[in-house]
Amino acid sequence: MIKSSTMTHGIDLGAITGERVAHSSAPTENTLEVKDLRLFYGDKEALKGVNMPIPKQRVTAFIGPSGCGKSTLLRCFNRMNDLVDGVRIEGKILLDGDDIYARTVDVSALRRRVGMVFQKPNPFPKSIYENVAYGLRIQGVKERRVLDEAVENSLKGAALWDEVKDRLHDSAFGLSGGQQQRLVIARAIAIEPDVLLLDEPASALDPISTLKIEELIYELKSTYTIIIVTHNMQQAARVSDYTAFMYMGELIELASTDTLFTNPGKKQTEDYITGRYG
Amino acid sequence: MDKHHISQQFDSELEHLRNHVFALGGLVEKQTMNAVAALTEGNIELAEDVITGDYKVNAMEVEIDEECTHILARRQPTAGDLRLVIAVIKTITDLERMGDQAKKVARMAKDLAGMERPRNGYIEIQSLGSHVQKMIHGALDAFVRMDVDAAIAVAKMDMQVDHEYEAIMRQNMTFMMEDPRTIKRVLNVIWAARALERAGDHAKNMCEYIIYLVKGKNVRHISVEQMEEELHR
Repeated sequence: MIKSSTMTHGIDLGAITGERVAHSSAPTENTLEVKDLRLFYGDKEALKGVNMPIPKQRVTAFIGPSGCGKSTLLRCFNRMNDLVDGVRIEGKILLDGDDIYARTVDVSALRRRVGMVFQKPNPFPKSIYENVAYGLRIQGVKERRVLDEAVENSLKGAALWDEVKDRLHDSAFGLSGGQQQRLVIARAIAIEPDVLLLDEPASALDPISTLKIEELIYELKSTYTIIIVTHNMQQAARVSDYTAFMYMGELIELASTDTLFTNPGKKQTEDYITGRYG
Repeated sequence: MDKHHISQQFDSELEHLRNHVFALGGLVEKQTMNAVAALTEGNIELAEDVITGDYKVNAMEVEIDEECTHILARRQPTAGDLRLVIAVIKTITDLERMGDQAKKVARMAKDLAGMERPRNGYIEIQSLGSHVQKMIHGALDAFVRMDVDAAIAVAKMDMQVDHEYEAIMRQNMTFMMEDPRTIKRVLNVIWAARALERAGDHAKNMCEYIIYLVKGKNVRHISVEQMEEELHR
């Protein structure tokens, strides 16, 4: 057009279309706050002073090449690294403002608030029901009605209820890999944690089961703060609100997933996500 | 992109895509030049060539469009690669429309060839056409070099093209008022000028896609001044 100078930037499309925009720009609280975190395996510094917020009820994905420290960082959030010999940790991780590495912290209590799901589904050699009820039973819950209700809600929350409701007392090993992974998620959410840590939760699953897990992650974020480590960048792009790119123990860039995958700020990020790494 | 992909296949796919866009751009530039020459020289044969040649522009656009779809489906490009594919999809739409404008000019050239020719030999169309051709050439060049400053310079040329178009309009309106028998001929001239002016707008759009490609910033629907401001923020 001959004369076109109308500004159309900065319009809230959600307001026009009435859509609920998934990545709302409203300020969010941070459930977790990583402060100058350093982790050493013996002499080797695996995390070199990481600082980052983890926003509440959002999905934050960690991406980066093997050995970049993303799984190490993930395991710091529920102190799983405490179990590894020769590990030394400096810095802080604040969970709702309290340092989880403080001396007074009861690690079991921490892990009840920060649940974890691993790459390979690891159901216990028990029935489906007992797998989900396990966490509550060790907390001392005995009342049948309470357990029944928790099992049903957790299985529903993990989008597994309809598939298993008629065989709750069958062995968990009879489930498919994707179902087992959702069972493990049900087990994790049965004790109502605040944070869910997912370490490559779909890497051992077929594409359909993967999509079910991703759909589940989308639903779970309305209740939980989720951190996911994944090698699959497209998966990070699909499920997360924020993405952190890590390299050699450092956080290179943390940005909204939309920004990181369309217009990353750092060249290293660009090289990695476009496959120019190496 | 100074570094190469780990997947050389992907690198070569993107390289092909770029080359195809330049080939299409070159063809459109040639079509525009020929259409203007046909009009100013009264060359019916050349006008016919441009009209029949438009199918090549259309076919190339469709082919590049499919290439982009395949890359999106198979490679799931991200960051600069993603912006390149998006910029290409948009660029080829504008190039195809520039091709249509060249075809329109060629049609006018055919009609005008059978009419009385003005003494100045349509110098105003020649001037407008050469500016538009410079814009097309400059936009393609800026795309090759991923040069934002060059893209802005080309976008600025659009203002000059717009002024020239307005001047042609005023001049030709005067002709029509002076001698209504010229209306039929003058209208053809106006339509040709209009088509060239539109081609200039499309070239300006291409410059906006280059800025998006290089900087990741959307600078559409704003003035060139606002564009510059946005880039220097």
